[in-house]
Parts: sequence; structure tokens; C-alpha cells
Amino acid sequence: MASPRSVLHSRLSHIIKPARYTGGEWNSVVKDWDQTAIKVVLAYPDVYEVGMSNLGLMILYDLLNQQADVLAERVYTPWVDMEQAMRGSGMPLYTLETRHPLHEFDLVGFTLPYELNYTNVLTMLDLGGIPLLAEERDDSHPLAIGGGSGTYNPEPLAPFFDLFVVGEGEEVLLELVELCRERGHQKDEYLARAAQIEGVYVPSFYQVEYNEDGMVRGVTPTHDNAKPAVIKRIVGVLPPAPTRVVVPFVEAVHDRGMIEIQRGCTQGCRFCQAGMIYRPLRERSLDEILSTAEELLAATGYEELALVSLSSCNYSRIEDLVERLLARHGPNHTSISLPSLRMDSFSLRLAQMFQGQRKTGLTFAPEAGSERLRRVINKMLSHEQILNTAAAAYESGWHRIKLYFMIGLPTETMEDVEAIASLVKEVQAIGRRARGKRAELSVSVATFVPKPHTPFQWSPLEQIATLEEKHSLLRRQIRGRSLKLSWNDPQTSVLEAALSRGDRRLAEVILAAWRGGARFDAWSEALDVQRWWDAFASQGLDPAFYAHRQRPLEETLPWDHLNSGVSKEFLLGEYERSLQKEFTLDCREGPCLACGILETFPTESKVKRRGRWGCIESGGTAR
Amino acid sequence: MRPQIGHNQRLRVTFAKGQEIKYISHLDLMRLWERAMRRASIPLLYSQGYNPRPKISIAFPLAVGITGEREIMDVTLESPMAPLDFATSVRRQLPAGASLLEVEEVYPTLPPLQTQVRAAEYLATVDDGESAEQIQTRIDSLLGSEQLPRQRRDKRYDLRPLIEDLRLKSKGESQCILGMTLTAGEGGTGRPDEVLDALGLAERVRAITRTRLVFSPPEEEPPGLVGLGAC
Repeated sequence: MASPRSVLHSRLSHIIKPARYTGGEWNSVVKDWDQTAIKVVLAYPDVYEVGMSNLGLMILYDLLNQQADVLAERVYTPWVDMEQAMRGSGMPLYTLETRHPLHEFDLVGFTLPYELNYTNVLTMLDLGGIPLLAEERDDSHPLAIGGGSGTYNPEPLAPFFDLFVVGEGEEVLLELVELCRERGHQKDEYLARAAQIEGVYVPSFYQVEYNEDGMVRGVTPTHDNAKPAVIKRIVGVLPPAPTRVVVPFVEAVHDRGMIEIQRGCTQGCRFCQAGMIYRPLRERSLDEILSTAEELLAATGYEELALVSLSSCNYSRIEDLVERLLARHGPNHTSISLPSLRMDSFSLRLAQMFQGQRKTGLTFAPEAGSERLRRVINKMLSHEQILNTAAAAYESGWHRIKLYFMIGLPTETMEDVEAIASLVKEVQAIGRRARGKRAELSVSVATFVPKPHTPFQWSPLEQIATLEEKHSLLRRQIRGRSLKLSWNDPQTSVLEAALSRGDRRLAEVILAAWRGGARFDAWSEALDVQRWWDAFASQGLDPAFYAHRQRPLEETLPWDHLNSGVSKEFLLGEYERSLQKEFTLDCREGPCLACGILETFPTESKVKRRGRWGCIESGGTAR
Repeated sequence: MRPQIGHNQRLRVTFAKGQEIKYISHLDLMRLWERAMRRASIPLLYSQGYNPRPKISIAFPLAVGITGEREIMDVTLESPMAPLDFATSVRRQLPAGASLLEVEEVYPTLPPLQTQVRAAEYLATVDDGESAEQIQTRIDSLLGSEQLPRQRRDKRYDLRPLIEDLRLKSKGESQCILGMTLTAGEGGTGRPDEVLDALGLAERVRAITRTRLVFSPPEEEPPGLVGLGAC
């Protein structure tokens, strides 16, 4: 039989972007397979170009490979053509570094950033020679670990994984590796020990019971070591950011150097899951960011540096930072980018600094069209602020502005949607006045999908018919030269909403959809929603039950046994305030809101050697 | 005349694109060189305007899957550097599969490299399955044709005039090697995979490598390679 490598060679010329599968990139770490005791795969359930843009995976890759007796290698989902070629030739899914099949590793860690990637997890396990269900695997198989934001409700994936890490992975992953050193991976013993690690959730140690109405009655531990509730892990201080990061040959979606300048966000937008689950806010010091930038650019040769965070403008010394980075790296033709701009004059001044002469386009996210609805979602932005910022942007040289909105938000009416259209027209008129025919405006409208661990976790996804009505209103009203409107398919949102707030029974649905051919559901060219509706029907389940139902406040939610550090009482309070249209201040600007994070991590919050938390000291003043 | 200090300097670089990176595209290769040179702190000259790009030009893009033994590119620097220093610094920054073979300084006023490529020479390794005579017969019949109408990406063209030379170079136990010289440039560009397909050998190709670029005027060396300084 031909070796996998020669088969690989003869196939790749007919494969789309074959360099997705060949590795060898600058800064990739290739260790001696036979001489390294512990072998970890870091798997990303999407194509190479998407996965290579993920900073989280790169942080863990760097961290694990710093350990002398550990090797960490990468793998991404093969696109459908490659999957076919691999199945056709009997070649297993292999890692980019040493080209070993996944089943030969000790640990296989998946990042779970997005619900519509779930079928890709199954593709990767299956192609990697690993039985799909954890209960079908024994000591000879790797342990499958899930991490990332998906683990805040991992129930739909529970049967496929041995354990999930809830929260930040930097410390836990090293503890799980340490357990490998001590115990090898004798599965039962390993899991029993792992379940005692803070932040580790072993789903097979819990039993889920359901009421006759289909709701969860309770999730109860069935193993002595299983905690009744798993509290997420955080790092008290952000560890040094990786600088010798892998530089892809194939252009990544975000093909640039990235520095996480802070983690967490204090703005408290009620729709935003990241804003809740990544608390508390922790900043890196200015000096640390500057020296990291120096090392990162020297080690990669990147021509662009992105300052990554959920709200970069809120970094306490952002102006100073951008100014100094530009002074140091601008002359080397390195550009600086901030992925998240607020819609105020301060942000505009920043944009002017880093965009310099190159005023291509600016993106802002008012999220809702009316001030009333912005109060509901806690997006503090007045009508006037939006118009003033747009005017200032056009007047100071930008000719293209992009605005992000959501529809289907709780309490939204047709008037709120019309408010989007009229706001857009006002901004367009401002553009015309300032830049004449050159002024461009693009409007992107996404469907709001309620997420676990947010104040809107009880809210329904809007009915498809209503969403379509809202789309058609916007399409009618937002048209004309130099005005562009884009929106997403509501069916995709139904699927996302069902998986996002689903329970363990959805695992059978995912399996059935995957067996029916579902792959790359996040890609419109690959998604066939009918496969999913068939899969739901085959299990006697209704996607509407998960997606469109207003959940009673007393309902046991499938993720109630997982604790994000932000208390359910706080979320409930925010939900009630949203219905009263009451703003809640950014907690760096007002009193402590007692979201629960300080109570959950009393020890960590005292460890503020470097960097600091955005939280107000108990009994003291901010910072 | 030797370029003066303080003026832009044009370096002509001969490099190889090896097995390890043969699947990366032409644009990927451009980025590879740009980033390697940035890591090496080479004073690259950037274009003016909204989207400044470094002045790096590769003579002739290489198709995905084909290795190149002696590829050529020009790099313009905003301040001069000794070719040897350039080579030493850049070599330290190259991923496996990319090698820098030679660097020479050339006149900045020479015409763009891309306009000077006239032809390219390739070697193709093909799995055996028949005798040398049978392969020779395939070659003879191909070269004997007046026209070889083909279609590539919905475009019809005649492959025959693009084949300058095609021969069986060697025949081993399990493989044989074909050599070919194919026209390149505005009049049309011959692709080695198309020739192999026309020979009926597409399914048996193991490897293709481009061994040399031929520049016009038809001298042996690229134009203007006067020894301003080399390594």
C-alpha cells in the first residue's frame, strides 16, 4: 500500500488551496515525536484560514510547546474536497507539524467558538480515527477536550467529549497535562482526577433528567468527584502574550499580528455573551504591550498589528498606546488596527491617528435604530452622538462608513426597525453634504440570537415570518446609489439559536445531521438547513422549542450547573431593567454592580501583580 | 554607471521553491518573501499611495504544485546594501523549502523582469508503465501534430506552438524523466501539466520542476546581469 505521504502528494494538486494541509510555516514548532512524552493536538473546527486567525489557539500552542516534554500540533477542518480525497484514499486526518493521525495523540483539544462548527468536530474526530462517542473510546484513544466560548453550554456536544474546560485555558491545560504525566491516560482514573480540577466539567459524570414538557428537570452529579456546579477558570493576571506566532503561507482571514491588550469588558451590553463570560476586565500594562509589539513584529515580519480586545477604546491608555506604536513602527510601513470602535468623538480621534492619510472606511455598531431599543440592550449611544460622529467622520476625510445593526431584539417593534431605516437615511444625507457623490454607506443587519449566560438567555429568537417582514421593510427603505444593505439568512439563526441554548438531547440531532451530510454549516455555500430539520424530526425534537420559546424565569436551564462567575440574579436583574428600558452604567464609571465576579474569585482579585482588574475595590473607589 | 549611495538599489535574486512549499500560491510566495525580508530588517522600498507595497517582483509565477530550481526576482531597496549582507540576513529568515541562491546588484533602469521572460525549462518525473520506445512514440506523435487545440478554464488555445522542445531525458526502472522547453510571455504561456495531459501521462506524473527561466534577448543569462557586485 502506498504511504499516506505519497497518496497525499498525488491528491493535493487537485485540491483547493492545498497549502492548507502542508504546514511548514514560519515559527511552527516541530518536535521529535519519539522523544516527546506528551502529545497534544489543538484542533480548530473550521478551515485553516479561519482557524489561523484565532488568537486563543495560538496562545495555547505557544504555552504547551514551551514545556520540554510536551508537543502541541495543529489541525483544522479539511474542506469538503479534501475530506472526500482523504476518505477515498484511506488517509486519516493528520497534524500539520509531524503529520501524525489524531488518534495517536494523548489529548485532542478542540476550540469551540461557534455553534455552526459543531458538525466539523465530528468530521475531525471521525477522519482522525477516533470513535465519535466518548463511551465508545477506551484507554487506547486520546481524550477529547473542549474549550472556548461554546463550553458555557456544551450540552449538545456532551456525548462526544471526555471533558470540557469552562473558562480560560492557560492554567487548566497545564494542569491537565500534569495529570497525563502522573497517570498516563487511563481514562477512568484520569477523568476522576480531572473532575476535581476547578473549571473542568466531565459531562459523563452528570445525569440530565427531563420533565414531561421537555424542559430540564435537573442535572445531577453521578460521580463522587463531580461538583454540583462547575465554576469557570480565570487567570488573575494575563500571562505574557505570544510573540513567536505561526505565520501562515495561505492568507488567513485576519492575516496580521495580534496583541490582546485587555481581556473582558465592562460596558455590559445585554445581548453580548463575550461581555459577560470574559469578566473581569484585565488590562496589560502599556510597557508590556510595547515590548510585546516589538518582539512580535520582529519574529513574524507582519505588516499589520491589531490591538485585540472586546472594546479597545476602553483601554485606559489607548491614545498613548496608539501614538507610541505609530511612532515606533509606522516608519517601517506597519499599520495599526483597532477592531472595535465606539461611535463617539474620542474613537474618531483615535481612528484619525492610526489611519493617517489612508482613510478607507470606518465601521461602527449602533446595534439598534431607536434610542428606546438601545436602552433595552444597554448600548449607551444617543441619536445625536451617532449623527455627530458620522458627520465628523465624513468631514474629516472618510468616504465610506459601515453600520452594524441587529433585528429581532427583545421588545423590538416595526417602529424600531423603521428607526434603523430613518437613521440610515439621515447618515446618508450627512455623507452627501460632506462628501457629495463619493460618500458611501453600507449597512449590515444581523439577526439577534439569544445566548446562554446573558440577560437575554430567557428571550425567544424572533419568528422567521416576522424577521422576513423586517428584512423586507429594510430592503424597501434602504436602497439607492452608494447605499449597501446586507443581512443574513434567518434559517441559519434558528439553527444557531437551537444549538446555542440546547440540551444534551441535541447530540443525537447533531449526529444525525452529520450522518446526513451536514458539513461547514457556518458557510452558506455548504449549509443545507433541510438536513438539520430532518435530523430534528428524526429525534422527535422541534427546533422551535429551543429557538423560539420564551423561557420561564423559573425554568432549569440546560447550562445552570455551569457558573460563569456572573450570577444568575445579576442576569435576571439586568433582564428586568431592560424591560424597564433602564441603562446600567459601565462599571468602571459607576458603582460596583455586584455582577458576582468579585465574589466568585476573591483570591484572584487580590493577585494584581501586573495589570489590573477593571473592578472597583470592595469598599473603595474605581482602580 | 554604478548606482550612487543614497539612491534606490535593485537586487536580482535567484532562489528555489522547494518541495516543502511547492503547494503555496504565487501570492503566498510574494508574502513569504516580503515577511522574510521584513524580519531581516531589509530596507525595502515601498510604493507611494494609500496602500504602500514593497517593490518585489518575481519574473514568472510558478503554478501550484511545481517546484522551481532557479527562479528569479528583483527587489528594490531604499538604501543600498552589500549583496552578501542581504543574502546572509535573509537566509536566516527563510522557512524550509525557500532558498536564496544568488544575489546580484543590477541597474535600476533595466526593464521589468516580467517583460523579459521568453521561455521556461521543465523536468517532469513520470511513473513508468511502458517502454522507452512507447513514450518516445507519444512524444513524436505530439510533436508531429500541426495543431494541439486545447481548452483551459473555458479558453481555447493551441498548445503546439508553445512547445519549443520536448524529449525523453532518462529512463529508470520505475520512473522516467521528460524535459521540455515551453514558451512564456504575451504570445501565450505553455503549461507543463497541459503538455503531460496531451501526452496522456497526466495520471502518472509524480513531480514537475522548473529548472530554468529563459530571458530575451535570447542569451544564456538574464539581461543586464552585469557584475555590479554579487555573492
